[in-house]
Amino acid sequence: MANSRAASRNLDGFAALSDPTRRLVFERIARRPQPVGRLAEGLAVTRPAVSQHLKVLKDAGLVAVEARGTLRVYRLDPKGVEAMKNYLDRFWDEALSAFKEVAEAEENEA
Amino acid sequence: MSSIEPVRKEVVVNVSAERAFRVFTEGVDGWWPRKHHIGTSPLKRTIIEPGVGGRWYSVCEDGTECDVGRVVLWEPPTKLLLSWQITAAWQYDPSFRTDVVVDFVALGPKSTRVTLEHRDLHRYGVAAEEIRGMVNQPGGWLLCLEEFARVAETEVS
Repeated sequence: MANSRAASRNLDGFAALSDPTRRLVFERIARRPQPVGRLAEGLAVTRPAVSQHLKVLKDAGLVAVEARGTLRVYRLDPKGVEAMKNYLDRFWDEALSAFKEVAEAEENEA
Repeated sequence: MSSIEPVRKEVVVNVSAERAFRVFTEGVDGWWPRKHHIGTSPLKRTIIEPGVGGRWYSVCEDGTECDVGRVVLWEPPTKLLLSWQITAAWQYDPSFRTDVVVDFVALGPKSTRVTLEHRDLHRYGVAAEEIRGMVNQPGGWLLCLEEFARVAETEVS
């Protein structure tokens, strides 16, 4: 694993997507870049709540914001590949340590 | 983009390669992290169907099934290649593919080194750029969809 800063960034990205509403917001942005107003439409949460989710996603390096005229449009962070990689890195850490535990527990039972 | 390194993991398990392979595949439900799945309702179980072409999927408590990918190589007890077809939009997409290669190396009768490589991650970048490109370019697919909707509605009325 890389330095502690990268590790904490992993955690951020990981935690950022553990919230179902936030994951929904992220999925919508992944499908199509859009402004906060359109993101809030059709979601059962208030616009300030969406803004709060966007802040978390942005801090986690998953989404970026760009100005288009007077609109602030949210889209996947160009570094999102790295974020995805960090997510998977941590995912497999967790998965393999659980795998080891289960494999060895079964061995003892056998 | 293609310079994205794969995620590489290694773990030594104190069991035979046969058992390691079996627990990894047949026993996937026993170790698969439950809280990170992509479905809309809680995860009930995860299945890797044995053999090339087998489905790798999860069943949710509401009965819906979410695909993760497929078995591409099945060579017990030494090698397993699975496709991971979850996009950055957290959706299964059969046209999107990254690979998970798992090697089981017997170090002894009860010791196996399991290495896992999740590769082709640059495709997440390509997908993101493609989505961006499609949306941004004049006459991109959004326009096509609007045109489709217009035609569809005209036909009805």
